[in-house]
Amino acid sequence: MEKRVIFRGKVLPLALVFPQVLITAVFFFWPAGQAIWQSLFIPDPFGLSSQFVGLDNFRYLLSDPYYRNSFLTTAIFSLSVTFLSMGIALLLAILADRLIKSSGTYRTLLIWPYAVAPAVAGVLWMFMFNTRVGIVSWYLGKLGYDWNHVLNGGEAMGLVVVASAWGRISYNFLFFLAGLQAIPKSVIEAAAIDGAHFWTRFRTIVFPLLSPITFFLLVVNVIYAFFETFGVIHTITAGGPQQSTTILVYKVYADGFVGQDLGSSAAQSVILLVLVGLLTVIQFKFIERKVHY
Amino acid sequence: MNRKTLALGIASTMLTLNVAQAATEIDFWHAFTGRLGELLNEQVETFNSSQEEYKVNATHKGNYSETLNAGIAAFRAGEQPHILQVFEVGTATMMAAEGAIKPVYEVMEEAGGDWDPDGYLSAVKGYYTTTDGQMLSLPYNSSTPVLYVNLDLLEEAGIDPGVDLSTWEKVGETLDKLKEAGISCPMTTAWQSWVHLENLSAYHDQPFATKENGFAGVDTELSFNGPVQVKHVEALGNWAQEGKFIYTGRRNEGGANFRGGECALFTESSAGYAGVKAEADFDFEIRPLPYWSEVEGAPQNTIIGGASLWVLSGHESEEYNAVAEFLKFLSSSDIQAQWHQNTGYLPITTAAAEQTREEGFYDENPGTDVAGKQMTAKEPTPNSKGLRLGSFDQIRGIIDEELEAVWSGDKSAQAALDSAVERGNQLLRRFERANQ
Repeated sequence: MEKRVIFRGKVLPLALVFPQVLITAVFFFWPAGQAIWQSLFIPDPFGLSSQFVGLDNFRYLLSDPYYRNSFLTTAIFSLSVTFLSMGIALLLAILADRLIKSSGTYRTLLIWPYAVAPAVAGVLWMFMFNTRVGIVSWYLGKLGYDWNHVLNGGEAMGLVVVASAWGRISYNFLFFLAGLQAIPKSVIEAAAIDGAHFWTRFRTIVFPLLSPITFFLLVVNVIYAFFETFGVIHTITAGGPQQSTTILVYKVYADGFVGQDLGSSAAQSVILLVLVGLLTVIQFKFIERKVHY
Repeated sequence: MNRKTLALGIASTMLTLNVAQAATEIDFWHAFTGRLGELLNEQVETFNSSQEEYKVNATHKGNYSETLNAGIAAFRAGEQPHILQVFEVGTATMMAAEGAIKPVYEVMEEAGGDWDPDGYLSAVKGYYTTTDGQMLSLPYNSSTPVLYVNLDLLEEAGIDPGVDLSTWEKVGETLDKLKEAGISCPMTTAWQSWVHLENLSAYHDQPFATKENGFAGVDTELSFNGPVQVKHVEALGNWAQEGKFIYTGRRNEGGANFRGGECALFTESSAGYAGVKAEADFDFEIRPLPYWSEVEGAPQNTIIGGASLWVLSGHESEEYNAVAEFLKFLSSSDIQAQWHQNTGYLPITTAAAEQTREEGFYDENPGTDVAGKQMTAKEPTPNSKGLRLGSFDQIRGIIDEELEAVWSGDKSAQAALDSAVERGNQLLRRFERANQ
C-alpha cells in the first residue's frame, strides 16, 4: 500500500516549494532565457553595439561542417567515457565486494583519483603520454609503437577519454560498491545452493538489483562527459589535432572566450541545452523502463 | 591643551591626511607571472617610490586571454582598470572598441609635457598605430622569432658549427645531414602560425591579408595561401614526413626538447632567450630567422608578438595624467634597457637599444641583438608592419588545425592553406558584422 501525505490548504505546500522554484528561476530559467535572447544577436565584445540577426547564428553554425562534425566527436567521446568509467568501476566494485582482508585500504586507494581536479588529471596524463618525454610513450616506443597524440587524432581521442574516465571511476565505484553491499546475501546464497554459477548469479540477480544505481550513474556520467571534461581537453589537446577532440562544450569556450564571438557562443549553448534536454527525456522514457526498483 | 593648539592639531592632521590621500591611484591589469611578474612589479615599485603624486596598483589577471576577458567583463560592469595589457592578437578587438579605449596619443597630448612618439622603434610601434601614424597603445613587451642553434649537436653530426643557416635552402641541406647522422630531432618550432605563416609573410613582403593586413579596415580578407607560403609549408610538410621537422604542439612545447638538448634547430621567440640560457648545458647560438633566397625582396623585416598596454576610457582626467606619467616612465631608456636585457624582449625605443649597446651588453651576450637587427634592418612595408585581424586568436587556432593536417600528411599544403583562408574569412565577416 502506498503512503501519502496530504496537505490541507494551499499556502503551506506553495511555501515549501517556493525556495526551489526561486532557485531554479534565478540560476536556470533566467540565464537560459538570456542565452536564447543573446543567440539572436551578434554583439561586440565590449557591449557597445549589438546587431539583431535573427536565426543567422544558428544558420552559420549548422552550415559549418566542422561544427556538425563535433556532434559526432561528442557522441563518441561521451559514450566512451561513460562505458569505460562505469565498466571498470563495476568490475573493481565486484572485486572489492568479495574481498574481506584489507578491503578498507583498497577502497581508499580506489577512491583517491576522485579528489584530483580534471585539469590536474589532464596535466598528469599529458605528461605520461608526452610524445617526447612521457614515460608511457617512451615504453611504447621501446615496444616499437610510435605514440603521437599531437598529430594522430585517434590517439588524442583515446587519451582524453582515458584521462576523463580515470577520475570518474572512483565516483562510480563508490556507488556500485554501496549497491552491491545492499544486496541481501541470503538471496545470492540461495541461488548458489541451487547451483547457479557466479556469472548466472550476476546476470539474473545482482545486475538487475543494481539497475537503479546503474541508471543513476548513466545519467550522471553522460552529463559529466558533456560538461565537466572541459579541463581535461583544454590541458591535453586543446581540441586538436585538427578538430578530433573538439567536443561541443569545448567549442562554446573557444568561440566565447577565445574568439569573443558571443552570438555564436550563445547559439551553441542553446543547441546544447536542447540536446541535453532531449537526452534526458530519452534516458528517462526508454532506459528507465528497464530499471527495477 | 588650549583650544588654539587643538584646532592647530586637527588642522595639521587633516593636512597630512590630505597629502596622503592626494596620491592618485590607477589600476594596471597584466598577464605576467613568475620572473616576468617579478620584474614588472619591480618597475611599478620603482615608479611608486619615485614620486608621491601617483600610485599604480598592478594586478595579475591570468594568461593573456584571461586578462583580456577580465578587462572586457570589467568594462561591461563599469569597473574597468586604467591600463590593460593585451596581447598582439587582441589588437583588432581593442581597436574596434572605439568607445571603450582612450588612444595613448590622446592620453599623452592631454597630459602635456614632452613625449616623442618617434622615439619608438618603427617596426614595434607600427603594430599599434593607425594608418595615419597615431599611436593607439603603448608597446611594452615585444619579441620576434629567431633561430636557436644547438652547436654541440651540429658538431656531433660532423657539421661545421659555423655553417650558413641564413636561408631555408641551406637549412634544408643541414637537416639532411643531421638526419643522416641519426639526430632524432633535427628541427622543431614554437608558435607555428606566428613563425611560419605570419612572420614568413612579412619577412618575404607577402600580404597575410588584404587591406594592409587589416590595418586599413575591417573588410579585410586573408591571403596567406600565396605561392611563397605554400612553398614554405610544403617544405616543412616534407621535412615532417621525413622526420627532419618534429612537431611538438601548438604553443612552445618544443622549447623543452630544445633546452633538453634533443633538437638541433629551433625557431622560437627572442624572448625565449632567458629560458634557454638558464637551462641549456650545451653551446648554442642565436641566428636570424632563415628566408627563401629566391623570393625577391627577402629578407624584409619580421613582425612582433607579445603585448601592449591599452588605456581604457571612463576615468577622471587627473587619473589619465597619472597614466601618462607611468607610461612615460615605462618608456624611459633606463627602464627599457633593463627590461630588454633581463627578458630578451625587444627594446621598444631606439634610445634603450643605444644604451644597451653602449653598456656592452650585446658584446657580452652574443646573439641578443639579432632580434633587434632583424626588425630594424629595413623600413616596414604595408605587408610587414604587423597584423590587425578580428577573431585572430581563433584564426590562429584554425591555422594550427590545418597545419597539423599537413604535418601528418592528411592534406597538401595548398589544400590546407586554402581551407584555413576560407574558414578564417568566415570569422572575419562575423567580426566585421559585430563591429559595424
